[in-house]
Amino acid sequence: MLSNQYPEVPLEDKQRLFDQVKHDQRFDDYLYGCYECGICVAACPSARFYDFSPRKIAQTLAREDIEMFYEQMNDDIWNCSQCFSCLRCPRQNNPGGLITIMREVAVNNGLRSTKEALAGYTRIIYKIMTTGTQVSPDMLQEDAFPDWGPQVKEVAQHLDLWRRALPPETLHTTGLSWQVEERTMLELYTIWKLTGVLNMISELDEGLHDIMEEVMDDALEDQGFSVV
Amino acid sequence: MNPMEIPMVGRGTQPETTRTFIQDPDNAPDEDMREAVQALAREGEWIVQPVPEPYYAARTKYGRVKKIPFEKTWHHKSCGQCGHIPGYSTSIFWLNRFLGYDYFDPRDQTSCTAWNYYASATSNQVAQAAVAMRNFSAAYETGYFPIIHCGTSFGHYKEVRHELVHNHDLRRKVREVITKLGRPFVMPEELVHYSEWMYAIRDQLKSRVVYDLSDITATVHPACHYYKLQSGDAIYDPEIYGGQRTAAVTSVVQELGARVADYSTWYDCCGFGFRHILVQRDFTRSFATMRKIEVMKEEANPDVVLTHDTGCVTALDKSQFATQAHGRKVGVPVLSESQFAALAVGAHPYRVAQLHWHSTDYRPLLSKIGIDAEKAWTEFQEDLAQIEQGSMEYLSWESVL
Repeated sequence: MLSNQYPEVPLEDKQRLFDQVKHDQRFDDYLYGCYECGICVAACPSARFYDFSPRKIAQTLAREDIEMFYEQMNDDIWNCSQCFSCLRCPRQNNPGGLITIMREVAVNNGLRSTKEALAGYTRIIYKIMTTGTQVSPDMLQEDAFPDWGPQVKEVAQHLDLWRRALPPETLHTTGLSWQVEERTMLELYTIWKLTGVLNMISELDEGLHDIMEEVMDDALEDQGFSVV
Repeated sequence: MNPMEIPMVGRGTQPETTRTFIQDPDNAPDEDMREAVQALAREGEWIVQPVPEPYYAARTKYGRVKKIPFEKTWHHKSCGQCGHIPGYSTSIFWLNRFLGYDYFDPRDQTSCTAWNYYASATSNQVAQAAVAMRNFSAAYETGYFPIIHCGTSFGHYKEVRHELVHNHDLRRKVREVITKLGRPFVMPEELVHYSEWMYAIRDQLKSRVVYDLSDITATVHPACHYYKLQSGDAIYDPEIYGGQRTAAVTSVVQELGARVADYSTWYDCCGFGFRHILVQRDFTRSFATMRKIEVMKEEANPDVVLTHDTGCVTALDKSQFATQAHGRKVGVPVLSESQFAALAVGAHPYRVAQLHWHSTDYRPLLSKIGIDAEKAWTEFQEDLAQIEQGSMEYLSWESVL
């Protein structure tokens, strides 16, 4: 089926993104062809609740259907659960892995649909990249998780006390999942900077990038860490 | 409304097929990554940290032997466990102390950052591998061997190992980063998930169980990232599901004396979704309850759902509140098997298992096990009062063992 969802985007732009996906070093390990058996769809949780199909992802990439690829980059990839149930593929394809690559390319190119998909998520990026832990106890707030019921409020109300009632010494924290050494954190900042991850963030959210860069640069400079 | 009788499907742990998967390591369809790791060590590409002795020899999917260390373990903690369901990791540590094992709980550890990677893709292959190798290096420098608490960290690190083995360019780039940090470039001999350690100690736990659990029915949710990513490196046992599903969790629960009941959607994920659990929970709630909890309830009517990963406990437990408000058939407590095992051998439900961090009502389960939840809560409240009054700074290990 031909896609004409994004006629305003020049074909060369779509082709450029496709080439970036195809040239990822993992691509050849993740796609071998497709029997069109649909086993991946049957195993896929996202396919049950969204108009989403891992089979279509594999087929589109195998056929190099540039128009459909661009549509999927904008309308499909953020529906994937990244559970990798689709690895049940009898052809050894990895549709979930292909989507990981497509997402990376979408972030690197600052696609508007990607910014929208991750709009509510950027505070988590800040948390993981600046503290070394993804979620913290103090994120358990009633307004953030209203659907989790009154127990969240209970946790929030007693947070400091309940954390002190944990026997493992490393868990006596509220702003981090566990206590992380300062040197460890600086090494993590160094990794983000040396591997270009901070630059990726600037494509996604320039304001977030500037704040994170300032936090990391100040910390690295204070401790005499050089990142060249 | 009159209560309805819920039909039970008494399958036990026999899957519908009676076939047993015959393990044959000589004809395994995949590559033994440990051999490739050792070959690269011989070429001077990295240091291999050996599994400390004594270890348990477990079998993986195709029958290869995997070494699971009993002690001298470096605990690679989980963000979600430590942050939101801390009884999970506390129970793992408590079981180590209970059995007298030496372990190390490091501060020189970051998250694997894979939750973020699978949620937002705001990272890349080199960065993800560098994070993994920095943690492995930190473990090596302490002399303790990494054991990984999170299913996603375990799965992601297996992926990273596979990529590093097969991609010399990636290996070179990551080695440069690690060298820049002034650290050695180290790959552990095995990548070990804590639930494999639970499998290894199941006999030791069996002899220490203090409750009769024969009336307890559990359903098990095997975690996707534990056994679907790099699928050959997960524990399988011909005695459990005929070797056709991973033996992690189920083998431990059965050894403790509880009954594991089967259900038809065992292969489905929990609905966590990484990005979804944080910013699109309508999907998570729907999937976790309609495809997992309701099916378990309909087919097996369990007293508890047991699993072995951070995201699965969170998604399956927390999703039930809103669904219950819609009058749907949910309301089953969700625990890790480490918490369940700790309870079975006498751990305190609040001081150790820290069940007050969980949402779905677990008190009927405690009562059925034979634990007085009310009395235990009163004891825990007394601890809290002591901390508040300053007569105790923290709840110490000495007071919970």
